[in-house]
Amino acid sequence: MTVAETEKKPLPAPSKVQQKVQQSLARRQRQEKLFRGVGISAVACSLLLVALLFINIFSKGLPAFWQATITLDIYFDPAIVKIPERPVQGAEESDNDFRERDLAWRSAVGMVNYNRLIQAGLEKVIPDALQHRRDLARIVTSGERFALRDLVIADPTLVGQTKTLHLLTDANIDVWLKGNIDRSLPDAQQQLSAKVREWVDQLAAEGVIQNRFSFALFMNPDSRSSLASAGLAGAFMGSLYMMLVVILLAVPMGVAAAIYLEEFAPKNKLTDLVEVNINNLAAVPSIVFGLLGAAVFIGWFNLPMSAPVVGGLVLSLMTLPTVIIATRSTLKAIPPSIRQAALGLGASKMQAIFHHVLPLAIPGILTGAIIGVAQALGETAPLLLIGMKSFVASVPAGPFEQSTALPVQIYLWQGNELRNFFEARTSAAIIVLLALMLSLNALAIWLRKKYEKRW
Amino acid sequence: MSNLTLIVCLLVVMAMAYQLGMVRSRKVATINPVQRMHSRPQHYGMMVALWAVLPAFFILVIWNLLAPDVIAALVQQSLPPEIQSQDAQAVAVTLRRIANLAANFGIVAEAADWELAAAAYMQQLQHSSGLMLTALMAAIAAAGLTFSYFKIAPQHRARHQVERVVKAVLVICSTIAILTTIGIVLSMVTETLKFFSFIKPTDFFFGTTWNPRFSTTGATDQGSFGLLPLLSGTMMIAVIALLVAIPLGLMVAIYLAEYAPAKLRNTVKPVIEVLAGIPTIVYGFFALVTVGPFLSDLGHTLGLTIRATSALTAGVVMGIMIIPFISSLSDDIITQVPKALRDGSLGLGATKSETIRKVVLPAALPGIVGAVLLAASRAIGETMIVVLAAGNAPALTANPFEAVSTVTVTIVNQLTGDNDFASPQSLVAFALGLTLFVITLLLNIIALVIVRKYREQYE
Repeated sequence: MTVAETEKKPLPAPSKVQQKVQQSLARRQRQEKLFRGVGISAVACSLLLVALLFINIFSKGLPAFWQATITLDIYFDPAIVKIPERPVQGAEESDNDFRERDLAWRSAVGMVNYNRLIQAGLEKVIPDALQHRRDLARIVTSGERFALRDLVIADPTLVGQTKTLHLLTDANIDVWLKGNIDRSLPDAQQQLSAKVREWVDQLAAEGVIQNRFSFALFMNPDSRSSLASAGLAGAFMGSLYMMLVVILLAVPMGVAAAIYLEEFAPKNKLTDLVEVNINNLAAVPSIVFGLLGAAVFIGWFNLPMSAPVVGGLVLSLMTLPTVIIATRSTLKAIPPSIRQAALGLGASKMQAIFHHVLPLAIPGILTGAIIGVAQALGETAPLLLIGMKSFVASVPAGPFEQSTALPVQIYLWQGNELRNFFEARTSAAIIVLLALMLSLNALAIWLRKKYEKRW
Repeated sequence: MSNLTLIVCLLVVMAMAYQLGMVRSRKVATINPVQRMHSRPQHYGMMVALWAVLPAFFILVIWNLLAPDVIAALVQQSLPPEIQSQDAQAVAVTLRRIANLAANFGIVAEAADWELAAAAYMQQLQHSSGLMLTALMAAIAAAGLTFSYFKIAPQHRARHQVERVVKAVLVICSTIAILTTIGIVLSMVTETLKFFSFIKPTDFFFGTTWNPRFSTTGATDQGSFGLLPLLSGTMMIAVIALLVAIPLGLMVAIYLAEYAPAKLRNTVKPVIEVLAGIPTIVYGFFALVTVGPFLSDLGHTLGLTIRATSALTAGVVMGIMIIPFISSLSDDIITQVPKALRDGSLGLGATKSETIRKVVLPAALPGIVGAVLLAASRAIGETMIVVLAAGNAPALTANPFEAVSTVTVTIVNQLTGDNDFASPQSLVAFALGLTLFVITLLLNIIALVIVRKYREQYE
């Protein structure tokens, strides 16, 4: 047909159907746009929620990494710090005897009234200090006297010298200076007395009290008597021990189980059952594992309560399915040609798997294991049931000692009565936990990207 | 010697035996150049190492299981007759006192002369038990080592032996998962049965009051343990969570799978999946300090009373938590719908959204239902968000703005209080746990069956 011919023929009148389609087209295209818009807004909304969560936690938590700290010249007055000579181990003295003498010396050093040193230091920067002794004692947080004690123990020659020290102020002062308390509240509702508030504002203006990076948050264990110096060290060590148990138990066992199920197990009802079982175990609520731990490890085996080793065992059982599933999918992805080549050259099945398949699977296995460990690191509920929510004011020295864990510490801190101070402190702890977890996940992603092979 | 030292010694012996076996097999191979060795030197080394260590290790385990009982029995026999004739419980208490004395722990009250004598006897027995164990293990390790050492010969199939042991280890590891399930079921069931000896099952499953501390009815003095208020709270929060998560998660999945360019998809997907990796305690804190007060203020401006810690708060935050579960599972399922279906629909003149709504989604529906069920089971079993943000008020209510309590919250409350472990107040946690376990198990099984069926459909 030529162009001329088509021009001649008149267009047929649109049929009824066509008319209907034409009429509804605008509406349908509007709907298309709307649907697409809803999709985009759902994505935007989800991203917004992620952003909101992180901005919220970070804006609350970041200020808590810096704490109001007072800089004082502390004179270790020999009239107050009256301590005997530090014992030295004699040639004939047994280790035990020396340890006893050393302990006696340490407790003598501990008996000194360090608060008086601090107060003397404060008197130098506060002119009218002597009239308000009671208020004076509330400026530096009570835990700092132990910091002074530790300084003397580390270096007894300090006695008689003056040292410039940065001491943490009371938690309420930190809150006051950061402006998290309504300053217009009447005296009766203020935690700090009028005198302390006046002093603190003045000291802050003079630069004696400054916001300094809070090493206490990382170096100290939890504390209830001296809230400003409560830290994460104990919880961190507890979590570390638990992760060690998880890495030593769940990872090798999970990998071994996956190798058997994927490479050796005959296909029958029993292995089918194991498979269904593992998939279900991966979806069992974590709190049920906590109940298992409470009943079996603590109730039947009489393992100690609150110990990281029990927490580690419970978390290991919880992580096991994750590791098994990840390892199995990695093994599945390795092409059979590798196995066949090894078998064809005379390797036994075991040799083919351990010498050829497994090395190729290691990146995938590591990725799965790291993700499992990261999951275990953030788990809270099962730990509450095996007694890890008790207050522990020391850094655990071993996996059998009482301790808490990072997520449990967050749980404990969020319940503290001093809301204004601990809301920020809890957020800071969350930031530490998230940083640990996200860096583990980043490591897993990096490993996968670096060693990923497509067959 | 302590168990730890013994194990370290065993490891040292193992390393030595491995070396010995390897050296020996190489020597045998050079002496006998005609016949080729059956296995590689490492296999002979490993065989010798296993022979040296495994039997000794079993002895160690068995000894540790049996020795304390044997020692206790011997000590009991040495006790004066008038003590032995007491009832079993009194004897057990006495034995525990003696064991504490022997371990140099403190005991209550002054120790009697015969107690000190028994403790000394126990210490002596423990000492000699340790010596015997060490000697026995050394002898068995030496015997195993020599036996296998001289067995090394060209025709000896060392590899087969070693591989059998390795395979046994693999099998044992793969049964751990089964053992865990059995452990969960057994521990829950035994403790639940103990609980049902205090409280009738019907009172538990159909009771409408939850008040475990104080007696409310005259008949029992245990309090009432009605499951229904907890279950209704759990369900209400899960439903709210799903109402938040299904529309958002599903639309995200549809947009990413059908519309989004690859670049956007590759950046957005991991970011949303970050939500799945955040610990639930963090969500709980977020709900408590941010979402709760926000909703409460919002309600105030709208003229509603919404409590800061309520079913709504917990549900909304939990919904945020399960968005990635729904979105990534649905995404997988939507991309699995065959392209031919889409092409057919588009070819007939349907717009893209019509294709999605009328062709792709119905085809993917079973899979999506499976994903939703999995997300629901996660929501039901979630603990920390509800512990912090649901308000812990176990009452039957249909008002989502009120505080409620859930099964998981109650488990935590009952087991972390100061209750005696054998009291119904503690034991009820296991009955609740069993209920939770069964519900989530059913949901998971149904979801897995649906998803699996659906996969087969298009393969």
